[in-house]
Amino acid sequence: MTAHAPEQTVRTTCPYCGVGCGVLATPDGQGGAAIAGDPEHPANLGRLCSKGSALGETLSLENRLLHPEVDGERRSWESALGTVAGALRKVAEQHGPDAIAFYLSGQLLTEDYYVANKLAKGFIGTPHVDTNSRLCMSSAVAAHRRAFGSDTVPGCYADLDEADLIVLTGSNAAWCHPILFRRMVDARMKRGTKLVVIDPRRTQTGEEADLFLGIRPGSDTALFSGLLVHLADAGILDARFVADHTAGFEAALDRARLIAPDRAAVAHLTGLSEGEIGAFYDLFARTPRVVTAFSMGVNQSAQGTDKGNAIINCHLATGRIGRPGMGPFSLTGQPNAMGGREVGGLANMLAAHMHFAPEEVDRVRRFWNAPNIITGEGMKAVALFEAIERGKIKALWVMGTNPVVSMPQADRIKAAIAKLDLYVVSEVVRDADTARATGRRTVLLPALAWGEKDGTVTNSERRISRQRRFLKAPGEARADWAALADVGRRLGHGDAFAFTSAAAVFRQHAGLSAFENNGTRDFDIGALAELTDAAYEASRPVQWPLPKRGPAKERLFADGRFYTFDRRARFVPVQAPALAQETSPERPLVLNTGRVRDHWHTMTRTGKSQRLSAHRAVPFVEVHPEDAARFGLADGAIAAVETAHGAAELEVTVTEGVRPGHLFMPMHWSDATASRARVGALVRGATDPVSGQPELKATPAAIRAVAYRARGYLLSRESAAPPPGWWWARAAVAGGWGLLFATRDGSRETAMLMRGLFQGYELAEYADHARGRYRCAVYDGARLVACLAYGAGAARPDWEAAKALFAHDAPEVPERRALLSGRAATQAGPVVCACHGVGLDAISASIAAGAHSVEAVGAACKAGTNCGSCIPEIRKLLPGALARDAA
Amino acid sequence: MTLRTDPASPPRPPRERLVVVGNGMASLRFLERLTEGAPGLYDVTCIGAEPVAAYNRVLLSSLLGGEVDAAACDFRGLDWYAEHGIRLLTGAPVTAIDRANGLAVVGESHVLPFDRLVLAVGSTPIRLAKPGMDLPGVVTFRDLADVAAIRAAAVAQARAVVIGGGLLGLEAAVGLARLGVGTTLLHVMDRLMERQLDHEAAGLVKRAMEARGVEVLLKADTEAVEGAGRVERLRLADGRVLPADLVVMSVGVRPSLALAQSAGLATGRGIVVDDRMATSDPRIFALGECAEHRGQTYGLVEPAYEQAEVLARHLAGQEARYQGTALATSLKVSGLPVFSAGVVDTPDDAEAIVMRDHGAGLYRKLLVGEGRLIGAVFVGDIGEQGWCKELIRTGAPVSEHIEDIMFGRPAPRSLAA
Repeated sequence: MTAHAPEQTVRTTCPYCGVGCGVLATPDGQGGAAIAGDPEHPANLGRLCSKGSALGETLSLENRLLHPEVDGERRSWESALGTVAGALRKVAEQHGPDAIAFYLSGQLLTEDYYVANKLAKGFIGTPHVDTNSRLCMSSAVAAHRRAFGSDTVPGCYADLDEADLIVLTGSNAAWCHPILFRRMVDARMKRGTKLVVIDPRRTQTGEEADLFLGIRPGSDTALFSGLLVHLADAGILDARFVADHTAGFEAALDRARLIAPDRAAVAHLTGLSEGEIGAFYDLFARTPRVVTAFSMGVNQSAQGTDKGNAIINCHLATGRIGRPGMGPFSLTGQPNAMGGREVGGLANMLAAHMHFAPEEVDRVRRFWNAPNIITGEGMKAVALFEAIERGKIKALWVMGTNPVVSMPQADRIKAAIAKLDLYVVSEVVRDADTARATGRRTVLLPALAWGEKDGTVTNSERRISRQRRFLKAPGEARADWAALADVGRRLGHGDAFAFTSAAAVFRQHAGLSAFENNGTRDFDIGALAELTDAAYEASRPVQWPLPKRGPAKERLFADGRFYTFDRRARFVPVQAPALAQETSPERPLVLNTGRVRDHWHTMTRTGKSQRLSAHRAVPFVEVHPEDAARFGLADGAIAAVETAHGAAELEVTVTEGVRPGHLFMPMHWSDATASRARVGALVRGATDPVSGQPELKATPAAIRAVAYRARGYLLSRESAAPPPGWWWARAAVAGGWGLLFATRDGSRETAMLMRGLFQGYELAEYADHARGRYRCAVYDGARLVACLAYGAGAARPDWEAAKALFAHDAPEVPERRALLSGRAATQAGPVVCACHGVGLDAISASIAAGAHSVEAVGAACKAGTNCGSCIPEIRKLLPGALARDAA
Repeated sequence: MTLRTDPASPPRPPRERLVVVGNGMASLRFLERLTEGAPGLYDVTCIGAEPVAAYNRVLLSSLLGGEVDAAACDFRGLDWYAEHGIRLLTGAPVTAIDRANGLAVVGESHVLPFDRLVLAVGSTPIRLAKPGMDLPGVVTFRDLADVAAIRAAAVAQARAVVIGGGLLGLEAAVGLARLGVGTTLLHVMDRLMERQLDHEAAGLVKRAMEARGVEVLLKADTEAVEGAGRVERLRLADGRVLPADLVVMSVGVRPSLALAQSAGLATGRGIVVDDRMATSDPRIFALGECAEHRGQTYGLVEPAYEQAEVLARHLAGQEARYQGTALATSLKVSGLPVFSAGVVDTPDDAEAIVMRDHGAGLYRKLLVGEGRLIGAVFVGDIGEQGWCKELIRTGAPVSEHIEDIMFGRPAPRSLAA
């Protein structure tokens, strides 16, 4: 074996949220890499959150799709793409090109997105190209376009450093955009920036707020309409800006007065007290430097676009836009949702921030030399899958997303896919639910993962950064743009798809953005249209607009020139707030959904990291204590959550963080990681009339306790298949995989099951069947292969001690005994700081030993010193731990 | 024969004369407790059949294996007996007891008058009633002389067969294996130590034996030992033939009754005693392996020690009664701790709670009937054995304590961080 030459550190970009942090990856030559924050990247300046820090743990080839497959059989690329091209041609001939659809992803690189969009809209001739960004921020896009005439984020991250007031609405930034949240907290330290958090749920972000407004879900428009009224009545308006640069103010204000004439009305609609409302309005009124950052709580709503415009209205009315420390700020969820928007990879866009005005269609047609250019909008995600169900769409190509988990009414999606004549999935993970679904003909195409692919992404502040390759392509995995271009050539469009590199794709994309632009379109990166391959390779993060001539801009609209035909921004009269679906006696609760701190989307990557899986190991539902009492739910027990569309079984977390009458469940678990916990199956997804974004955070639901006989866990080196009928969730642990389960099987049956699962191995056991207790450790010689604990009753088993023991390959006798007794006390407790793997006990011990501040705790045990996303949890420990100490 | 007396100890006529027959471990413990509790109360004479004073018989297997030397087996030096006014006669078999005249006959001619007599004569190893058991090279394993004989036979390349899968047989076999002798252990039952261990525990002990180099044959019924003038082979009932240079018999012991019987004392399996260890003659007592109390004879040191305690207190004039020793075995099979108490095999109406980790040499079984502990078998880890014995004896409810019994009660935690 030859020694590996030291590898070069590569500058790349994190593949998770829309913050778009710079990452330094140093490959180890064995398929892994050391990961660090890039101190020179303007988004993060060297910091990384828990998820980004753990990227190195997600690079294994376990579960990877490495070869093309057709109907479950391995094929060559030649054969697989031949099948795709042939079937596409056949569908187009028999049913028309608009029977073909593409469902793309904010995880794709801009280059992949561009080629997919071009192929579909210009050459195949189908308008049905949508993306999971529809579920993420399409309402923000629509609000931007209604207000600004363009999909423009006016500000930049530096505004968070320079604001005196940051209003976070529908955003759990502390967990979902941790690095930006750190910038906000730093601003508070440096300049006393006030933090207002508006959320129906008291999240970690809410815990950190100077003012937390726990509003009724869906009532944001009432709060911001009331704010507009207050600003007008208090004379805080920027009358000149309104007069010179906007239109529609009076109509919007009239509507706002109808909705929210006074604080009492706002209080009635939002459930807030008049005092809370007054405090917020006063703070907003007297603070010119205000950024209102909004995210999924605003967007994932049947009125998401109106919510966005209600916010933007307040910023336009005060002229607080496009200047340092001011502006509405959409925080995007995905690493390249913005890039997708730039290429136009959504059903209501054509390309490069151009839509369907005849001159725009003609311009794109000429630029692409496209024979089959489309002339109107296609179907947005929800409608698109409904069309599949109705048999209208016959061929679907899914790239880099997991709609069987994430789409509303996901069980219907799965059934609909089965009807497709052609179902193509470009995917990294072989056992993703979407890759396991099948159509009449199913083609799986192995895609490159982060670290293998090469291209660009755009973050929430319009900054284009390179995602660079630092690992070699595994198996036969191929860049998505290359697979798409190959199909384009097979369909007879050789010239249009003659791309030989990502750089070539990017140049064309940049060229289109500048094509006949002349300042009429916000998205112009003409300066990059002639980038050489070398310059593309070396390029540093840049913000758009970046026209060929003229200055680059950090912020837009301070000059009052918008991208409407008259260059004026529009105030939008919004609808009165209402949820799409009302609760009923049968479904008396409102189900909210969202993320946890350490997982990303459907866990196909973060699920591989034991550090990230330690924070929240099972899918759960948060229930207010009053509701827990009302429905007979115990903390840690299993409950069924049922809506009109589907059901899930989740572990109950009783917390005052959710309002009475509301539930919260995380979105991450899929059929690959849990028995029955797909959020998508439960939500109806009533769509916003403007953006088509489905409402995912307010579904009427019922909850009831589910009786299981026992709870337990199984740790194994290889991922073990749980038996039918068990409730389970799978999580990565040090040294293998963990399965937390609940079962109706008895301890004897479980003991038999272990014998069956681990035939030929030696089983060490503790069996007290009369009391329903069973623990088992499986050995191959001295090597610990698996261990299981089974305990009758609803109590959640503590597996920290066993996980610590399982991290060792061959435990000694005392540890072997501890595996059976379940008694060895863990030194760490549940993990709080995922970056450094510091547990609750260690932090409590540091506090008890005199570390009485977050900083001192960090100095003592490193917790909270990396990404800082656990700092709120550490802070929470401080007074409690001190009180205990004093007792 | 030698007679040792302490010249510094003047006769004190009023004292009762106490003669102790036998100088094994039970005898010595009795003498120790008696001289602690009632120093000088009796004029004590102790007569041992072996040529040396009481030694630690439990260590014989270690001595055989060379783990310890002979000095490690010593208990009390001769000076201790002298200091405590005990006349000790060693190598002196008591051949008869003349109850009418209160005399113990030593050897052919010597007589020792007594007012009270304690029989601590132990037991004798059983020899199978099979052909060839008297051939040279067939030995028992009971005392220092046996160890010497075995060691003499255990030369390089020698092959030994140990008959008997009880504790002593196991220890003899391990000792031989440790000497480098190819050793096979035969046991007629289907598991080792069947009176103390269930099948699984016995299996673990067998695994431990094998790990120590002993080949174990179960259901091995010896038919004959054969050889021309000396042991050459052993034949099993199933026809198998095992070559052997040495055969060690360890198939159990029989209480030594000859002396008591000829003296006309009541005997059953052993010399029958009451709760004060008195025989049918109130002046005569018995203890240790030769005694039968409430129909029970014991082959282990712990009951013998308890009996010695009771008798010493009784003879010191204190109230003391022996209630029998709970059927518990706690011992080490060549370093492997083993504990057994109460019921061994699971009755139909009882529940078994089991912890097993054969790879780590661990097995613990608790048998619970009607919420009470009725038996326990431990191998490899005998923690909480004392509590188990107590729980079996008292019949206290155990349902709430199962895991504490199984894994040990948590150590008291300090409140300080």
